[in-house]
Amino acid sequence: MLGKDLLGLRDTSAEDIMLILDTAVGMKKLLTQNLKKLPHLQGRTVTTLFYENSTRTRCSFELAAKYLGAGTVNISASSSSVQKGETLIDTGRTLDAMKNDVIVIRHPMGGAPRLLAQNVRASVVNGGDGINEHPTQALLDFYTMREKFGSFKGLKVAILGDIKHSRVAKSNLFGLVKLGAEVTMFSPATLMPQGIGRMGAKIASSREEALAGANVVMGLRIQLERMQGGLFPSLSEYAKYYGVSEEHLSLADRDHIVMHPGPVNRGVEFTSAVIDGESSEIEGQVLNGVAVRMALLFLLCKNRQGGKDNA
Amino acid sequence: MRKLLIRGGEAVFGGRVERADILVEGNKIAAVGTNLPAEGAEVIEAAGLTVFPGLIDMHVHLREPGFEYKEDIASGSAAAVAGGFTQVCCMPNTDPVCDNAAVVGYIAARAKQVGLCKVHPIGAITKGEKGETLSEMGKMKEAGAVAVSDDGRPVADARIMRLAMEYASGFGLICLSHCEDKSLADGGVVNEGYSGTLAGLKGIPRAAEEIMLAREIILAETLGKRVHICHVSTKGGVQLLREAKARGVAVTAETCPHYFTLTDDVIASFDADTKVNPPLREEEDVAAIRKGLQDGTLDCIVTDHAPHHADEKNVEYDLAAFGISGLETSFALSYTALVKGGLMSLSALADKMSGAPARILGLEGGEIKAGGAADLMLADLNEEYVIDSKKFRSKGKNTPFDGRKVWGAVKYTIVDGEIKFRA
Repeated sequence: MLGKDLLGLRDTSAEDIMLILDTAVGMKKLLTQNLKKLPHLQGRTVTTLFYENSTRTRCSFELAAKYLGAGTVNISASSSSVQKGETLIDTGRTLDAMKNDVIVIRHPMGGAPRLLAQNVRASVVNGGDGINEHPTQALLDFYTMREKFGSFKGLKVAILGDIKHSRVAKSNLFGLVKLGAEVTMFSPATLMPQGIGRMGAKIASSREEALAGANVVMGLRIQLERMQGGLFPSLSEYAKYYGVSEEHLSLADRDHIVMHPGPVNRGVEFTSAVIDGESSEIEGQVLNGVAVRMALLFLLCKNRQGGKDNA
Repeated sequence: MRKLLIRGGEAVFGGRVERADILVEGNKIAAVGTNLPAEGAEVIEAAGLTVFPGLIDMHVHLREPGFEYKEDIASGSAAAVAGGFTQVCCMPNTDPVCDNAAVVGYIAARAKQVGLCKVHPIGAITKGEKGETLSEMGKMKEAGAVAVSDDGRPVADARIMRLAMEYASGFGLICLSHCEDKSLADGGVVNEGYSGTLAGLKGIPRAAEEIMLAREIILAETLGKRVHICHVSTKGGVQLLREAKARGVAVTAETCPHYFTLTDDVIASFDADTKVNPPLREEEDVAAIRKGLQDGTLDCIVTDHAPHHADEKNVEYDLAAFGISGLETSFALSYTALVKGGLMSLSALADKMSGAPARILGLEGGEIKAGGAADLMLADLNEEYVIDSKKFRSKGKNTPFDGRKVWGAVKYTIVDGEIKFRA
């Protein structure tokens, strides 16, 4: 069963993933009934510790905690302060001393949540670490897929975009492989990491191959800094050869859905017609994100009851 | 004159291992034979022990001057003799950089004062290790430098490197090259490949090492000069060296125990003690390094002893310092992997860890022979133990080998005829 922390889906079992998704169903029901003052986490404190900018993930965690009755604290540290200020371990110990129950951390460096988790008694949730993992984003993606398709067995998921720098792609891959889905990836070769094939992804050689028969078409954000770093020449060239338009979507399964972790670059990863199209679940993902995070916070805090932390 | 008799040990000579008594007088080996007279000599009963020529590590970082919180010449020398080393060569990335005769002289003098092992400074190739202008190699040589290197800040400009190889040769100095094209390494922290992608850590491609390695070979070949390649870690690098040696290029090369005992799957723990430059590679690289040691493509084993303070490792992987504290594990790791592992003889191991570095740098020692320097190391090869960094003499406890079972415990280290370490 779910341990103290959620650091990534690489180390999370299919059973735990399903437990979180199942728990989220009830949470979403409450949310859609506009019941947003629940008692589940009364007396608990959830702190978000973000070393990178974020709107939706941070807001989603904070609302999830508040809807369940927890107290919330938000700490922003600019990533430059990582280099010169207090060490992560010292920051974690300080937060621990204040009796936090859960620390949600976002950090520009892979493995930082693990380092924190090893040094604090609070539960640690990875809110995205460098190019490593973003497990709650993947969980909300899974929730969205299951809501639409019911099962993951044989589900064809096409992931297009900057795979190399995408923690979302990695967490999705780790989880989807465990759940029985088929993952196909496509990107310019400069944005494809080495060894991803050995992790269970199929690397498509063309956009058409990636999209053929896909149930889920997932785009990943292209960051401007990658272009400045020379990994591809221009946004318009990217859009032309790697972006997805309505026409391309005709290759996907008729019943497909379109997903994107956001924020979207309109006209780059997807055309606006795709983003706003009938098959787009992009907004639905956001609501599901709150439900999934409510479920996760609830389960982690439930685990803590009677544990050594309450002693 | 002080006398020391090492009686009844198995002595490792070039090409053979034989029971022999070794009589030391002053700082020289006076005689090697059987039933040597013990009169007037302190006797070490070495039955059951193996006597090696004192180990020589031509690539260590002693951190003094400037970074004494990581290591200093005293603690580094203590670690060296505990590891069986009688001579070490220290890299110039100190503060100030060891790029002039004054710093070379300071290190040499400080090491003499400490008086444990012989410490040979390596001077910087360029002033400040900036890669721009050659340092005063002649003056550094006179002050005691045995080679030149910009080590972790490799000379990026091929013209400067060419000039360095040419100029250094005039003083009988060899350039030691840490091969790393920084533009390709691009801020990476682990090997580029499956494990790096799995952990979400930025990769350093093998090409970053191999491209500069190829450059050094081509420069040495076209100039007819010598060059020595530091800490080879890749299969492709071994292949480049093998081909170059076959053509007769005057290139020599070293590797480190971690490159033939560890693969990069250990980074999954995010334990920063696994962070080292060049990074730990994959199974096929480890196999190629072993093969390269076996067939002579790789001449010697060094530690690249890189001690760091715990606070520099107990941070995010990206922020952690590169390097492994290696002096106190090198012999056992090498003996266990290479000799116990059936890849080479004791004589061959002694050559990798003593004879070859002595030849490459023109140092005394490196073999057991009458008239030679009385630099010796005695080990119990039948002792199995667990590596425990808490027991290191080095200030740097940063090792990925904590808890590993190894064979071969260093029992005595004798430098210039004096026992400098006794287990």
